[in-house]
Amino acid sequence: MNVLQRTLERRFLRGTRWLEQRLGAAKGIKWLLSYVFPDHWSFLLGEIALYAFIVLVGTGTFLALYYIPGDSQVIYHGPYALLQGEQMSEAYRSVVDLSFSVPAGLLFRQAHHWAADVFVAAIVLHLCRIFFTGAYRKPRDVNYFIGLTMLMLAILEGFAGYSLIDDLLSGMGLAIAYGVALSLPGIGAQLGYLVWGGPFPGSSSFLPRLEIVHVFLIPGTLAVLITLHLVMIMRQHHSQFPGPGRRERNVVGTPLWPAYALRSIGLLLAVAGVLFLLGGLVQINPIWQWGPFHPYLSENGAQPDWYIGWLIGALRLMPNWEPAIGNYTLIPNPFWGGAAFPLFVFIVMFAWPAIERRFTRDHLRHDLLDRPRDRPTRTAIGAAFLSWVMIIFAVGSTDRLFFRLHISYTAQIHFWRAGVWVLPILIFFITRSACRSLRRTDTHPMRAWQGTVVRRGPDGSITRLGDSADRTQSRPSEEPVGTVPAESER
Amino acid sequence: MSTGDGSPRLRPIARTLAVLVALRTAVRTATGRERPGPPAPPDVDPSERIVPASRRAETIVAALLLAAAVFGFGFTFVYVVSGENTQLLGLAVGGMLALLAAAAIIAGKLVVPQEQSVEQRDPLLVEEQAEEIVEIVEAGGEGVSRRALLAGAGGVAGAALITAAATPVASLGPTLNGIHTTDWKRGVRLLDTSGRPYLAADIEIGTFYTALPEGGDPEHLGAGLLVVRLPPEFLHLPPARQSWAPDGIVAYSKICPHAACAISLYRYPTYRPTSVEPAFTCPCHYSTFLPGEGGRLVFGPAGRALPQLPLMVDADGYLRAAGPFHEDIGPSWWNIHRGQS
Repeated sequence: MNVLQRTLERRFLRGTRWLEQRLGAAKGIKWLLSYVFPDHWSFLLGEIALYAFIVLVGTGTFLALYYIPGDSQVIYHGPYALLQGEQMSEAYRSVVDLSFSVPAGLLFRQAHHWAADVFVAAIVLHLCRIFFTGAYRKPRDVNYFIGLTMLMLAILEGFAGYSLIDDLLSGMGLAIAYGVALSLPGIGAQLGYLVWGGPFPGSSSFLPRLEIVHVFLIPGTLAVLITLHLVMIMRQHHSQFPGPGRRERNVVGTPLWPAYALRSIGLLLAVAGVLFLLGGLVQINPIWQWGPFHPYLSENGAQPDWYIGWLIGALRLMPNWEPAIGNYTLIPNPFWGGAAFPLFVFIVMFAWPAIERRFTRDHLRHDLLDRPRDRPTRTAIGAAFLSWVMIIFAVGSTDRLFFRLHISYTAQIHFWRAGVWVLPILIFFITRSACRSLRRTDTHPMRAWQGTVVRRGPDGSITRLGDSADRTQSRPSEEPVGTVPAESER
Repeated sequence: MSTGDGSPRLRPIARTLAVLVALRTAVRTATGRERPGPPAPPDVDPSERIVPASRRAETIVAALLLAAAVFGFGFTFVYVVSGENTQLLGLAVGGMLALLAAAAIIAGKLVVPQEQSVEQRDPLLVEEQAEEIVEIVEAGGEGVSRRALLAGAGGVAGAALITAAATPVASLGPTLNGIHTTDWKRGVRLLDTSGRPYLAADIEIGTFYTALPEGGDPEHLGAGLLVVRLPPEFLHLPPARQSWAPDGIVAYSKICPHAACAISLYRYPTYRPTSVEPAFTCPCHYSTFLPGEGGRLVFGPAGRALPQLPLMVDADGYLRAAGPFHEDIGPSWWNIHRGQS
């Protein structure tokens, strides 16, 4: 055993020397191996997004080997009986064939689709973590902008992906996208014509264009931005929550080698495992049920992927404002929900660091994170803004409530046209007072306990030892971090 | 704070380790292997290193790895035997990955040394270096006298370069003319989706029919029509359109003027005394239009009425268009031709 170990060690040293003679990278490798990662579960959300992206590239490459971006109409003669003799586009047929005739094809397609949903969800949760802990402040503001850009691209990428299939769901989604493109004031029709190569459903070059966007332009850009994102994180080091020995100028955590590397590889494998289990066992986007797209067809049961829901909700909630002067339609209606709303949301998120700086006049570098409760106003603004977007997202499923529970659709829409403004304001005040109260009492919202500790003596007497309030005061390590003096930048 | 919670049990170990680390640091500083940093504030040193050396954990990891191998070979086996069995394939490959994940995480937590260490952050900005960069770049312009001229000319050339690079974008799409013109004109027969022409007698009250133009492209946005027959009590067309509905049959573009979805929901009263009038609803954003009132919008986000197509019945009883649409079909845009209704 010992001999074997020594032989292995010698071999490994020889390999390392071989590499060193060519690269001389020992300094960098040593730095990397001892690079410290602060431990907190919320730091894994970004990693989940990264690993979902890796699964997306892998499964997507497999799918691209079978997909044909053709719009010529063909007749289906495959194994799926219900589509026999149906007229459909070449693109749709290639995806139906991939699903039913290519071994493991459906597994890869469904795992890819699940991965896309998880990818965007992980980015959104990661963004929430960044926002509510103030991690977007200097020096991480540029990385925050890169992250927001990646979120926009991820949503576009997902939409382009399910639009490629040319089933009824993709066709309806593209029709709405065309409506939104045309609604851009002034330039809309030209833009729609440029993108689709003519009026909807577009020329035969449209699907190849969409494919190149989906498999090359956006993923390539994402790969570059992910690299930048990671390089900048490594340069600045991760931010960390305050704690014993953790200061603005240091970083406390697990070094990459060996524990963190193993755990992170474990997370990659876990993400991939869950996605493939979902892909194999839980059906998603059954394109054979929707059928092929023709512009004169539509149906009601197919719902888009979750990350499109906020736009559907906004388009549905909007009153029918469409200002026109004579034959000039100044602002066609889909502009409000389909373009102005997402633009506004992203502009606010991009502008937030500057807005906050303006009010706090805090231009310092921050490497210690805030607990959400320690910044009641920021947390309340974030919760209100998030709830505003989430209510509009939820309005996208009011029709399901109507069909399943028979709650009047029109009544729901009328209710939410007011509710979408009132509820976030309430949430602002509730969150702010909750934060202030948590900061004052310093209880943990989930781990807190309330009560009195007593001891029962042998004679049956009960002695009071203390209660929850004493307990918090007796533990100086749990003092609100807001009182810890921040180190200023020199 | 999470780090403060579980520590009481480990505190003696942590303290010992902290002393050891401090000693090591002191030795290294003394021997010159580590540059002395700024004086640390009086604070605990959270560094610690625990070597778990657990044979039981090693056994578990090995067992998980072997189980993962069984699932991995199982995937190949299932693929060869029944490549279309998506559930088994997913179970095999997903199970393999999940077991590998468990092995890696357990190895990372219970087999290898558990270390918490402290790294100093880079200050990033060093003033002298920023100044040096500026100096080096500025030195490159030494002896250049007419900088404004060169910068101006460079700016113009840059603008030209960008314009030239962007120009080919224009070749992506055809020029805008006759956006959404349709194949519907006077005399075109209405076909069903399998290509048979509709007789006026085919159209019954209470349901809707999809019609396509004879000789037209069915994949064109303006091809689809909604055709319904309405009893006189529900037919209140504008005066100018009284002749558009032979025998109470009306036709509208199937494309919602909001965002181009095909309208496919038709509400027809089942019990007259309590029901509202017949209406078309788009399944995308629920714009609702009245076929009996010239396609007037009663609910939803659409900014215009549903465009109506005038109909006539020929001598053989077939339904034909009596003329083109009186306004543009499809979603609104800047210069769309809007109807009067």
